[in-house]
Amino acid sequence: MSLFLIAALPFLGAVFPALLIRAGRNAASLSTGGVTLLALIGLLVNAPAVLRGEVVTARLDWLPDLGLNANFQLDGLGLLFATLILGIGLLIIAYARFYLSREDPMGQFYSYLLLFQGAMVGIVLCDNILLLLIFWELTSLSSFLLIGFWKHLPEGRQGARMALTVTGAGGLSMIGGMLILGHIAGSYDLSVILQHKDLIQASPLYAPALILILLGCFAKSAQFPFHFWLPHAMAAPTPVSAYLHSATMVKAGLFLMARMWPVLSGTDLWFYLVGSVGLITMVLGAVIALFKDDLKSLLAFSTVSHLGLITMLLGFGTEAAAVAAVFHIINHATFKASLFMNAGIIDHETHTRDIKLLGGLRHLMPLTFTLAGIAALSMAGIPPFNGFLSKEMMLEAAAHTDWAGVAWLVPALAVFGALFSVAYSLRYIAHVFLGKKRHDYPSHPHDPGPGLWLPPAILVALVVLIGLFPNVFATPIVTAAATAVTGHEVHFHPALWHGLTPALYMSIAAVLGGILLLLAYRGARAVWNNLPRPEAKAIFDAIIGAVTTLARGITQGLHNGSLTRYAAIFLVFTLAIGWYAFDSGVLGPQTHATLPITPMPLLGWFCLVGSALCVVAFHRNRLLSLVLIGVSGLMVSLTFSYLSAPDLALTQISVEVVTIILLLLALNFLPQDTPKESSPMRRTRDIAISVVAGLGMGGLIYAMMTRDFAMPSISEYHLANSYKGGGGHNVVNVTLVDFRGFDTFGEITVLGIAAIIIFAITEATLGSRVRARLLNRKPWKPLAGDAHPLMMVVATRVMMPIAFMVAAYIFFRGHNMPGGGFVAGLVAAIAVIMQYMASGFGWAAERQRLPYHGIIGMGVLVAAATGMGAWFNGKPFLTSDYGYIHLPYLEKFEVATAALFDLGVFLAVWGAVLLALQSLSRFAWQPGIASTHPMDINPEREDDDTNENEGH
Amino acid sequence: MEILLASAVGILTAGGIYLILRQRTFPVILGLSILSYAVNLFLFATGRLALNQPPILSEHATGYTDPIPQALVLTAIVISFGMTAVVLMMALSAYLAARDDRIDMSDDKGEDA
Repeated sequence: MSLFLIAALPFLGAVFPALLIRAGRNAASLSTGGVTLLALIGLLVNAPAVLRGEVVTARLDWLPDLGLNANFQLDGLGLLFATLILGIGLLIIAYARFYLSREDPMGQFYSYLLLFQGAMVGIVLCDNILLLLIFWELTSLSSFLLIGFWKHLPEGRQGARMALTVTGAGGLSMIGGMLILGHIAGSYDLSVILQHKDLIQASPLYAPALILILLGCFAKSAQFPFHFWLPHAMAAPTPVSAYLHSATMVKAGLFLMARMWPVLSGTDLWFYLVGSVGLITMVLGAVIALFKDDLKSLLAFSTVSHLGLITMLLGFGTEAAAVAAVFHIINHATFKASLFMNAGIIDHETHTRDIKLLGGLRHLMPLTFTLAGIAALSMAGIPPFNGFLSKEMMLEAAAHTDWAGVAWLVPALAVFGALFSVAYSLRYIAHVFLGKKRHDYPSHPHDPGPGLWLPPAILVALVVLIGLFPNVFATPIVTAAATAVTGHEVHFHPALWHGLTPALYMSIAAVLGGILLLLAYRGARAVWNNLPRPEAKAIFDAIIGAVTTLARGITQGLHNGSLTRYAAIFLVFTLAIGWYAFDSGVLGPQTHATLPITPMPLLGWFCLVGSALCVVAFHRNRLLSLVLIGVSGLMVSLTFSYLSAPDLALTQISVEVVTIILLLLALNFLPQDTPKESSPMRRTRDIAISVVAGLGMGGLIYAMMTRDFAMPSISEYHLANSYKGGGGHNVVNVTLVDFRGFDTFGEITVLGIAAIIIFAITEATLGSRVRARLLNRKPWKPLAGDAHPLMMVVATRVMMPIAFMVAAYIFFRGHNMPGGGFVAGLVAAIAVIMQYMASGFGWAAERQRLPYHGIIGMGVLVAAATGMGAWFNGKPFLTSDYGYIHLPYLEKFEVATAALFDLGVFLAVWGAVLLALQSLSRFAWQPGIASTHPMDINPEREDDDTNENEGH
Repeated sequence: MEILLASAVGILTAGGIYLILRQRTFPVILGLSILSYAVNLFLFATGRLALNQPPILSEHATGYTDPIPQALVLTAIVISFGMTAVVLMMALSAYLAARDDRIDMSDDKGEDA
């Protein structure tokens, strides 16, 4: 199966459980499991080739200019991790089906789980570090959803936030590190980066890149000092803990360190950073784990400790240690996931996870006891289980490592950590299952059904099989993975008996010491309780609290809620930047001849400037200022017309009409006057700002108009190719629908969104208490005696078909003459608005059968479909085509796909304008005012009620 | 001619900005409209001024003015309608809900009252 499909399957499959949950929980879990199984089979089909040492690849250039390619590759390491993710995922899906209760939204759970799974598979399969970063962030996000799955629990929400903060911050640093790394190597493809070890390690940027990447890995894999988030993430449902926080997500950091091992490891910096952090984490996690009473906390800190162990092994930088790390990744996943599921079973059956309340469960739950016993012994490193094998290899590697010249330090600390590891593992057995049977369990425990015990049992079987026959069950995959990590052929021959090696003595010391420590548990506990220890959560909360306070202080200091103040600050700042740019630049001499001033433009100038100044002067009288602004708009339109821009003139004048109608409608509900509020000082300030801004804008455009272009303009191309390439004489229209069609497509989409926002605001407002107030409002001045004057009704109805005709004419000629979809849409909208105005909202709405949303959507779709049509010709999106056809008795005429695109523009503009106006007019609706019979001149009609009701 | 257009742009800008700095919604919306006139004229004028040279290909044309600013301004006009409409609806529903059309959120009347 193609690697693309394997990576995509979980994402695609995430839809199924969300939908199928309606068909029941079994359908949801079966579909989830089915998708995972399919991906797993697809993966295993590729396994033989990978085990032979081949690398399976699938490449697709996505954004090659950015170095972002959808490249996937499957080597030994990827195969190991992908098998763990999908295999354990399958067991977890089965387990979760029986673990979650009836009240939990299981469809949601499985969808999140599949999203997470897809992100993880993406990380381990992708061959491009930019793509890897995307998947990396996706795992943080999806794990946030999963940890906080029980939204009603405050611990769940806090744990989810903490995990997201820590791993998200790590992700940010990782982005920085990866970008530096890609910059050094000159490529963002992993396979290329991995071949440039010398180049990367010689670069002065090696240290920052390494530190940033390691920060991300440490945060993800809960390494000291970021280890604290993992135990808090245990608020998640147990299947999540077993999956994310033992087997997969926390191993993403390890995966990346292993992946980058060939290029990043081997330096002192790597050794001291990774080795030391791993060592500290291993010891610290093991010690804390022993003194945790919550089963899941114990396992969480034990996970922290084991992750530290693997990190330490990778940090050593030797080949043998890397092989041990890879082997331990497998072993840890098997025994830890099964132990988490085991803890879930105990929680499920006894309704508690507190070790102090448990004990003696072996009598009641023999099967659970057996599974827990084997897994815990493996975790302790007791032969013949798999944990023993890799722990032995770890001790062996530690015995040969000296830290800054101190030969005994690493081995001693490794034994110390292993000793605590033995103690907490045995405590899990002794304090939970052994001892006397109690009679005060919160519930009556017994062994669960196979749905809950079978998944951990499969893992426990692996624990035993790998322990007994490592060469059959582990060697092929470990060899393949370790070869991928180290970059050359690795020989791996694990055995239970290696002879009397130092590692064996260390192991024996750890086991004996662990048993003694557990026997003296009370005393050890007392010592521990008296030790001063920093509470990581409190520190974290304090840091977050301080940051929040700082952010709030800054925000509230700057944002006092006064929009005018923001606007003033913004304007002054913009003016300052403008002044700086002007001051630091050079203004060349005037090179462009100016046009002479003739009387007509002078008159127009007086009208435009005069009306605008009057709007400002009389802005307190709102109706008057609205009339005056109409004059300004008209003059702008005439300016366009005079200065050779007929298309703009047409658009401006039709937009002006709808804008004024819109403002008039709104003014109906707003106060009619603006009170005098500003102090003289404040007005002076505002005048100063506006005058400076006006001078700046005017001066800038004057300077631009009187100087020639510094560089050749692209307009020549448009003029030359408008007819040849676009088939139209109107260059502006061809630019809109053809050259810059993508822009126009964006514009109509934005316009449609704006109209839908207006509709949404209307719905929200009319759904609130405002509606009652609107219905009972009294008009602010007496209404006209005749709300629907006969003359106007008749005139608008006669004009409607003519107006549509004009719209159609403007539309069709648009490609060659001034006009086009924008103007036609506006004209057609005005034709309909006239009906609303003359005949009333009720009358017009009743005759409006197509919903305007649909028209907007249709417009955008038509435009998109036209654009996509080009694909079928093998051309990029929105490439247009045109031709000429002859119909009998008609002149030859042109058919262009651009006209279809323009139809989309027309529909979107038409629908958007009308939706906006229709929404606004719904505010005006009052019972009795809106007549369904606006032309009450029909003598056959008896009821005159509507007429009488009008005019109050 | 250029000085006329430039001065008109300047005056419209000044008027628009003065209105935007008022404290009630309606003048601010009018100010935005006037400012969009100014900005549209500004953009249009970056293509230089030309008389009787519309960018419509024809055999009799003596020359063509710059079509690109026109195409940009055309969509800008339509978009500014959309913007005006959205701002207006927000102002209207805010006024209907709060019975107050001040744009500042502070409790006291205006910034310096």
